[in-house]
Amino acid sequence: MPLLTAVLRTALLLSLSSALGAVHAAPPPGPPRAAPHTVPDTLAQRMLVCTACHGAEGRATPDGYFPRIAGKPAGYLHNQLRHFRDGRRQAVGMTALLDPLTDDYLREIAEHFASLDLPYPPPPPTPADAATLARGERLVRQGDPARQLPSCNSCHGERMTGVQPGIPGLLGLPRDYLIGQLGAWQTGMRRATAPDCMADIARRLSGADVGAVAAWLAAQPVPADAKPAAGLPGPLPLRCGPDAGVFR
Amino acid sequence: MSATPNRRAARAGWTIVAGAIVAALALTTAVVLERRGVPAPVGPAPEATAERLARGALLARAGNCLACHTARGGEPGAGGHAITTPFGLIVSSNLTPDPDTGLGRWTAGEFWRALHHGQSRDGRLLYPAFPYTHTTRLSRDDVDALYLHLRTLPPVTRAPAPHALRFPYNTQTALALWRAVYFEPGEYVPDPAQSPAWNRGAYLVTGVAHCAACHAERSALGGSAIDRFDGGLMPDGRWWAPSLHDAGEGGVAGWSPDDTVALLRDGRNRHASVLGPMAAVVKDGTQHLPEADLRAMATYLHSLPARPVDRPAFEPAEDRLLTRGARLYEQHCAQCHGDAGEGAAGIYPALAGHRAVTQTSPVNTIQAILSGGFTPATAAHPRPFGMPPYRSALTDDDVAAVASFVRQSWGNRAGAVSALDVARAR
Repeated sequence: MPLLTAVLRTALLLSLSSALGAVHAAPPPGPPRAAPHTVPDTLAQRMLVCTACHGAEGRATPDGYFPRIAGKPAGYLHNQLRHFRDGRRQAVGMTALLDPLTDDYLREIAEHFASLDLPYPPPPPTPADAATLARGERLVRQGDPARQLPSCNSCHGERMTGVQPGIPGLLGLPRDYLIGQLGAWQTGMRRATAPDCMADIARRLSGADVGAVAAWLAAQPVPADAKPAAGLPGPLPLRCGPDAGVFR
Repeated sequence: MSATPNRRAARAGWTIVAGAIVAALALTTAVVLERRGVPAPVGPAPEATAERLARGALLARAGNCLACHTARGGEPGAGGHAITTPFGLIVSSNLTPDPDTGLGRWTAGEFWRALHHGQSRDGRLLYPAFPYTHTTRLSRDDVDALYLHLRTLPPVTRAPAPHALRFPYNTQTALALWRAVYFEPGEYVPDPAQSPAWNRGAYLVTGVAHCAACHAERSALGGSAIDRFDGGLMPDGRWWAPSLHDAGEGGVAGWSPDDTVALLRDGRNRHASVLGPMAAVVKDGTQHLPEADLRAMATYLHSLPARPVDRPAFEPAEDRLLTRGARLYEQHCAQCHGDAGEGAAGIYPALAGHRAVTQTSPVNTIQAILSGGFTPATAAHPRPFGMPPYRSALTDDDVAAVASFVRQSWGNRAGAVSALDVARAR
């Protein structure tokens, strides 16, 4: 009789599951646990998530790919954090990491790292030859008017330490990182808000240009006062989106 | 009179053939009927009252509709987010009221048919990545409220990219077959034996919130129950949505209802915190729900039958692996989680006795080490703490060693982790 069977089965299942539930609800007796330790309830403690890769206090690691974040303009850092979270910039893991965070918290994180004033290590010895370095220096300092390439200085500051609030410095970064970023601008893997002036510039560079610029920049010592400049002496050489800050 | 063995075999054979024919006919009929679909009801448009609009907004939060219907960094609700499934890529549709690429021309009846019957405006059957096995439980008035709410989104012209599904999954016949097996349309029917809170919780959890879409393993053909939460791997294989029927996995039996409400509202409680896909559920979904609804969900979740997961007998990992794991733990983990896995009060979870560590599946332990993560920013915890990703710092062998170590130390007795397990989750 199906009804009887069903009733019997349900009764059996119910009694079994409640018995098992009761057993399961009581946690198995384990060894006594150590009392929790305490850590400071500070932003610096929270930022251990970042410094595990970006180096102590965000000063980068000596041999790593991960860029320094300490001392960069706050607006720039805030933009990058939002770009990673919203998929306009790609780096393995950054998007998932930032996904659960709000704009407000990201701004606080950006301001924290921007406020750190830490010394830079001397640049590593460069593997590039003199001709490559000369080509890199020329592109950085003068650009190439024939190709409508502005100099790097014209936006990133005369000392290339960046410009408040949104333009990053170019010194003290690993060569591999610089090559990776210029390549990402060229392919659209790295983007800024439109009009995306840096993408336009990167697309005018050849592979050899990218290598030369990155080699020369990575070989330069960072000046003792590496703080970003307060502003630029003149207008930007081309139209940029709000990422670049208040300049047009 | 007794039949000879030969005759008996022949009769059995014919019975099988006849049975197969009947089954095939029944299935064909079901598929044909499914393919035909149902007409969308016609009627006057529902009135956009303030109460309906507020209710629609709340239901959209409960279902976290925009999580899938928004591309990363894209306009809210404009679709274009690709979901990886074992059958290929499914791209979410545009829910904004744009007339050509969104829901602008949809009537309330057509929208109801989509949520209740899983059919698009043109009658095509929809893919169940859109959880209509759950949304079919919604009342008509709630569907109208959701419809009216979605019409308040700023319209965005954005045609979704086509799905990229493999044959035969890209055919309407395959979908009809799937529906004949797995889909039964039907509004939620309250259980009179249960309290109003329980019924509200069941309505939300098994309906619009579609919790079982993740918290239950889908069958090989992609079918899943709506009110069984036995745990399952997320479609991308990177996180494990634990069973809600087992307090040693993700079940709430050992908690108070307040604890359950706190987890859904704040992203953490005194026992646990959410990470990965569940952090997104809390951030954009549950933390925005009224307390009464969270309490109703808790009431339902606390009533789920206990069903312990199959736990293999404990086998200690090799000493070599544990020694290596202990060394890595001291180097990378102890600073926050403590020398004895005791955690930091209210900030970093204790790993001793933590079920995210001792779950049967090691996937979440592995993924937490590889990807790290913050708990979601919520009103109670706007500046969450988090864990760094160790994807770059540790090899698969390293992660296997440290994961095995934490799963088998300080009284934890869970299975060891292999480098292959790590490679799969990477």
